[in-house]
Amino acid sequence: MKELRTLVPDFDLVVVDDGSTDATVSIARAAGARVVRLPFNLGVGGAVRAGLRWAEQRGYDRAVVVDADGQHDAHGVPALIDALDAGADLAIGSRFAPGADPYRVGAVRASGMRLLRVVVRIVSGLRLTDVTSGFRAFDRPVLELLAREYPAEYLADTVEALLMVAYAGFRIDEVPVAMRPRAGGRPSSRSLPLAANYLRLLIAILSAGYRHTRQRKDTE
Amino acid sequence: MTTRAHVLTAIAGIATTLFILRLVGRQQLRSKYALLWLTIGVLVLPLALFPHLLVTVSNWFGVAYAPTTFLLFAIGFLLVVVIYLSRELSQVEVHLRSVAEDLALLRASSEAEREDQ
Repeated sequence: MKELRTLVPDFDLVVVDDGSTDATVSIARAAGARVVRLPFNLGVGGAVRAGLRWAEQRGYDRAVVVDADGQHDAHGVPALIDALDAGADLAIGSRFAPGADPYRVGAVRASGMRLLRVVVRIVSGLRLTDVTSGFRAFDRPVLELLAREYPAEYLADTVEALLMVAYAGFRIDEVPVAMRPRAGGRPSSRSLPLAANYLRLLIAILSAGYRHTRQRKDTE
Repeated sequence: MTTRAHVLTAIAGIATTLFILRLVGRQQLRSKYALLWLTIGVLVLPLALFPHLLVTVSNWFGVAYAPTTFLLFAIGFLLVVVIYLSRELSQVEVHLRSVAEDLALLRASSEAEREDQ
């Protein structure tokens, strides 16, 4: 957080505390961040949505979502902002784009990600290298859309949000970013095995695609 | 069916019905769910009183062994109930989540206002 403070001093910091029992709130306040404290654990999607809704309500023009475990290198933030300046509505910090530091993932995760990339390309035509990255910058119109409709499910949230934004006709760009080993906390694979999570994700994608085609029919 | 089985089925049906009515009375069960379960009672009770009905229905469907018909319908009905409840639960989770978010945002904005003053 200190890094964020110095690297992007003209941004306001908001920390979403997802029902934690540790010192999150006091540490965040000490660092000069506004704290949005959820009454109980909603999971990553709920936390991100709460943060986006805050930004939307307060009239911010842009928002950048940074994971709390320290994996997202604050140096990536200016690059994401540059992408917005260059005309993107949503900028994704990619761990796998050319120019990013090689980021190692387990076999299940790697094959799941490969599958997702292909599926996303089929349903949306987007050629992205990292569809589950949570390191993202949002321009105001996208912020408004997602504050309303950001999905809550773990892992599905990133991809589903991506598709929503794509289907709404916004421009999505990727920026290579470096990832660091997490400073704290465990990987958020939760109780479900990773493979099951990816299956759930596919269901989410299919339902997003289904909603999209139905909406299109309605407007015709 | 023997007379004893007969009586037991009838007692079970009546007991279930009474239990559900009591839950409604104590406002522990909303009436729409009570209606759901009472429907079962209403459907099962005639079977207990007139066991031959089951055989007649089975013959309609071409089922040779009457209890199978009963189990088939029971499983089908329970399946529908469980799916319905999953759907309700999903909706409740969505509502709960928005309320939690609203609470968090309100808390944060009241803090912000206090600091501005």
